[in-house]
Amino acid sequence: MSTGNKIAVKDFNFYYGSIQALQMINLDIKANEIFAILGPARSGKTTFLKSLNRLTDLVHGASHTGTILLDGEDIYAPRISLTQLRRRVGIVFDLPIPLPVSIYENVAYGPKLSNKTQKKYLDEIIEKALRSAFLWDEVKDRLHTSALRLSGGQQQRLCISRILALDPEVLLLDEPCSGLDPISTASIEETLSRLKKEYTIILVPHNIQQASRVADRVGFLLEGKLVEEGPAFEIFTRPKNKKTEDYISGKFG
Amino acid sequence: MKFERRRYLTQNIAKILIWMAALSTMAVMALIVFQVLWEGLPVLSLSFFLDSPRSMGREGGIFSTIVGTFALTIVAILFATPLGVGTAIFLWEYTREGRISRTIRFGIGCLAGVPSIIFGLFGFVFFVIYLNMGWSILSGGLTMAALILPTIISATEEALKAIPYSFREVSYSLGGTKWQTVTRAVIPSALPGIFTGIILGICRSIEETAVVILTAGSSLLIPTSLFSPVRTMSVHFYILSREGISMEMAYGTGAALILLVLIVNTVANWLLSRYVRKKA
Repeated sequence: MSTGNKIAVKDFNFYYGSIQALQMINLDIKANEIFAILGPARSGKTTFLKSLNRLTDLVHGASHTGTILLDGEDIYAPRISLTQLRRRVGIVFDLPIPLPVSIYENVAYGPKLSNKTQKKYLDEIIEKALRSAFLWDEVKDRLHTSALRLSGGQQQRLCISRILALDPEVLLLDEPCSGLDPISTASIEETLSRLKKEYTIILVPHNIQQASRVADRVGFLLEGKLVEEGPAFEIFTRPKNKKTEDYISGKFG
Repeated sequence: MKFERRRYLTQNIAKILIWMAALSTMAVMALIVFQVLWEGLPVLSLSFFLDSPRSMGREGGIFSTIVGTFALTIVAILFATPLGVGTAIFLWEYTREGRISRTIRFGIGCLAGVPSIIFGLFGFVFFVIYLNMGWSILSGGLTMAALILPTIISATEEALKAIPYSFREVSYSLGGTKWQTVTRAVIPSALPGIFTGIILGICRSIEETAVVILTAGSSLLIPTSLFSPVRTMSVHFYILSREGISMEMAYGTGAALILLVLIVNTVANWLLSRYVRKKA
């Protein structure tokens, strides 16, 4: 990208029925950066992530105004293929949701949807995806056992590999460490920092410390409004907005 | 102190009543099964299963009625399963709760409450007479399919409801279409529940009598095609005892029926637990 903007959000409003969840969001996200979205509960973080790959379409009564551009292309345009978009913009949810099949089948689920069923090909991308999420060494001897037997941290890394197997461009991570112990959290954070070389990552961290450890830039959402955004260092040391400062210093949240 | 004692007393009385309720249910069931098996088991032999009935069923075996039972049940299940599972998927995955789905559900509820003899009458008028299919496996199987449809629909719908929404969300987020999501992420997990519904349907059509008499006839000949009339084991039991042909043979048939249902359930449970174990 010549401009370096992977995603451009312009005047974006989002509604669940008559309730407005996002208000006038304007935000550019650069390629190969980790952008962290901070904010208290119910501030619209998850809605924002899900509107980036239109998972919000599944909610009955949802509507929006404004545009979101991915590589300069409006993702809400009628000619956009939803399944294609969701492959390019992959999401990992706050709780690991392995499907009740084997580790192998979990990672193969996405590629198989687009009819890539050749075993040799699948074996290759599955190994690559599991390696990228730093799970391969732990599971390579039991690929065909149930994914439900993995620990919480392993399950979440499995969910990341499941997305990586689709070779996406953008990764959306919604509090990917919320159910995890500190060791698993550390391994996922390490994973993220390495993945950013290849992907654009938008992360809702599960606490402020996590954002300060991994994020390049940070945005602060409050009641559906993007209060402030900027380089992580600046937001954490010299927030311009009083509310951001209060949130970061732990006065509310 | 007094209150404590009363509380203790209530607790004990409740315990006794609940135990009694459970035990008497068990006792009634055991009594019925015991009585039929006691009278019927001595009649059972290899030739009882493998010989066709002679002189109205007074002699010989019950082979043709076993064939009839299987044929009718298979036809019923083959029609009812795709229809029932399809309807449930439509109701739960493809429509939002609204007037259409409420109407369909209301209809299914009514269907489930209709006495089987009414189904039999419908099958007789519609399939046997109007469509000119005569008393046949097909008429009987189709009518039976209508009878067990509500069971399969509600079992499937319950099974679909039990699958977490998150599985669907995961599938969509990996670029799945609705159909792929339903067939790859939802149905495999719902299969045990759907299977249970089908087993209930099988047992129901094995034991059903009124529908069969009105739509499949009561021929004792071994059927040669889907348009042959048949007699199932339940009907055989009914006619043998009702018309006083042979109580001995009736009990033998009854015992065989109970054994068949037991076998179906045992095999089904075994298959189910194997499937669940393989997934876990």
